[in-house]
Amino acid sequence: MAATCVEFATGGFSFENCRRNAILEEKGLKPPKVYKTGTTIVGIVFSDGIILGADTRATEDTIVADKNCSKIHYLAPNIYCCGAGTAADTEKTTQIISSQLELHRLNTDRTVRVCTANRLLKQMLFRYQGHIGAALVLGGVDSTGPHLYSIWPHGSTDVLPYVTMGSGSLAAMSVFESRYTPGISREDGMKLVRDAIAAGIFNDLGSGSNIDLCVITKDKVDYLRPYDEANKKGVRQGKYAYKKGTSCVLTETVRKVEFVVESTQVKVEAMDTV
Amino acid sequence: MSLQMEQHEYGTPMQRYWSPYAMNGGTGLAVSGADFAIVASDSRLSEGFSIHSRDAPKTYQLTDTTVLSCAGFHGDILALTKYLEARLQMYEHEHNKKMSTSAIAAMLSTILYYKRFFPYYVYNIIGGIDDEGKGCIYSFDPVGSYERETYRAGGSAGSILQPLLDNQIGFKNQQGVVKTPLTLQKAVQLVKDVFISAAERDIYTGDSLVIRIITKDGVKTETFPLRRD
Amino acid sequence: MSIMAYNGAAIVAMKGKECVAIASDRRFGIQAQTVGMDFQKIFEMGPHLYIGLPGLATDVQTVAQRLKFRLNLYELKENRQIRPKTLMSVVANLLYERRFGPYFVEPVIAGLDNKTAEPYIAALDLIGCPMATDDFVVSGTCTEQLYGMCESLWQPDMDADALFECISQSLMNAVDRDAVSGWGAVVTLIEKDKVTTRTLKARMD
Repeated sequence: MAATCVEFATGGFSFENCRRNAILEEKGLKPPKVYKTGTTIVGIVFSDGIILGADTRATEDTIVADKNCSKIHYLAPNIYCCGAGTAADTEKTTQIISSQLELHRLNTDRTVRVCTANRLLKQMLFRYQGHIGAALVLGGVDSTGPHLYSIWPHGSTDVLPYVTMGSGSLAAMSVFESRYTPGISREDGMKLVRDAIAAGIFNDLGSGSNIDLCVITKDKVDYLRPYDEANKKGVRQGKYAYKKGTSCVLTETVRKVEFVVESTQVKVEAMDTV
Repeated sequence: MSLQMEQHEYGTPMQRYWSPYAMNGGTGLAVSGADFAIVASDSRLSEGFSIHSRDAPKTYQLTDTTVLSCAGFHGDILALTKYLEARLQMYEHEHNKKMSTSAIAAMLSTILYYKRFFPYYVYNIIGGIDDEGKGCIYSFDPVGSYERETYRAGGSAGSILQPLLDNQIGFKNQQGVVKTPLTLQKAVQLVKDVFISAAERDIYTGDSLVIRIITKDGVKTETFPLRRD
Repeated sequence: MSIMAYNGAAIVAMKGKECVAIASDRRFGIQAQTVGMDFQKIFEMGPHLYIGLPGLATDVQTVAQRLKFRLNLYELKENRQIRPKTLMSVVANLLYERRFGPYFVEPVIAGLDNKTAEPYIAALDLIGCPMATDDFVVSGTCTEQLYGMCESLWQPDMDADALFECISQSLMNAVDRDAVSGWGAVVTLIEKDKVTTRTLKARMD
């Protein structure tokens, strides 16, 4: 059997292609661009919880790759996290930390605290010295109240009543700086966050499309996606349907496939959590 | 904000770099028919991730029968169009007539090539009516290479628009289709539709679309709103 | 020149009404020189599930084989076919594992869900960021051209015939404006009861 077929599950990152890729780069072949969420993400503390907000555009250089991507990630039932930067990094980092938090919850039999999520994230990011390009806005409500953090790719964190991140952070922060008040109501807070994201969407080219909100309170999470559609696609005037047979076919193979639904029975078994 | 840490070894020479050019985005498009030409552009002026203006159309009317579309570095666009206007006026005073579209195209080519080694960073498309009364399009590269075509898209979303024009106006890759000549109505509708698509995907295209319809009677202008995000 | 454009490729997948389609060009080139015109870039991952791999040709084949390996293990372990969404996670994990030394492929997944027959399409970047959409996904060296075509031609609830014409025209006109992809095209149309694979007559220059 060919040796390449054997894969050992080692866990962690694999660096097997690094040397080859470095050689390719040396030969003058440029490494490709990855999806970035050149984003506007924000969070505020309001009278009884946290409101997180995000736009929904993902770009690949100057082209919009995803018009409706989800940037508010689930971490725990009471904790959510907005991600900006390299899209794969924000996606995977939050997934990894989310699973660690779930194990932590099972081990301790307590609702996890936001500071725990913050520490796990910052320690992971610090370990990779900024090479994992994730800039995060972390928010949640636990036994000690609402908490809001901003986390930078190198692993530094801030605790603030209102934060913005991503390429549209300045536009969004200008809205917060002029209108945020401590103890702001839920209704006003949602309006404020909406306007902050909208400021990013309209004034920053890296941000666009819709506005997502996540309102976290002591015993409830409202994940509003989309909360508001800032821009609607224009309506096409022409019809571009083709007549059948417009494209010239050389060969055709039709394969009948049976649609089989395998019955998969899953027995529910209580997890051993003691 | 740059996240890169400044790393500098003292004593080693360091090269400083400054570019005389900027890219201000924007998309231009020209389509010609039997007795008309359309020149269209969006009106967004941007740099990096910022919008400088939402109302800066990149179409310039040169004569009653010629319109120019420019995309690229806005500074060069201003310089070039101002110089073009001067040359057109000189021509009119000297010859006591307006310059024809084909003559303008030839002149623009030499103007561009005169700056072969410090070019105007501008992608030009000229649309107008030729001496026989037919619609004509000339497209240019920044150093003056040009050719006459029937349709052309250029600028930041040029490659998004061009294949659809190939398909809908050039009837490319379609078998058994009746190749009907392009009507003004269909052309205007197509221009709007392709710009809707471009505004969806290109971050430098948006805000509004300015359509200049050139016929023997002169130039009519139409505007159409696009996405603003 | 980008590593992704070294061999050249264009892949697009689209959703229709109770069907999905995935199409690719067939060129294998080394920079500007065309070497082959029958290069496989779409791989079968199940009866109703296909993955398209544009990018560096060596990685296209390596990733296809590694995926097949993981897929076989999954099927042995679970004793069932993989679902499109699960395959997307498998691919995302495979690619993100190599975050700092990636494979140069940007996969496109198209399939019908095993249980619900719901159409599913998704694209990933080369380090495994997934992107599932409701309309179409594109990948390869002429994404801009493909976006322009798809954005104008695609409409919701197309039947199999309309979907085929739509995806074929999108691909063919897009690759004609790209120097390193084209040279023939292949379209795979996935329906509940059958899978139709057609090769297209396209420009060969």
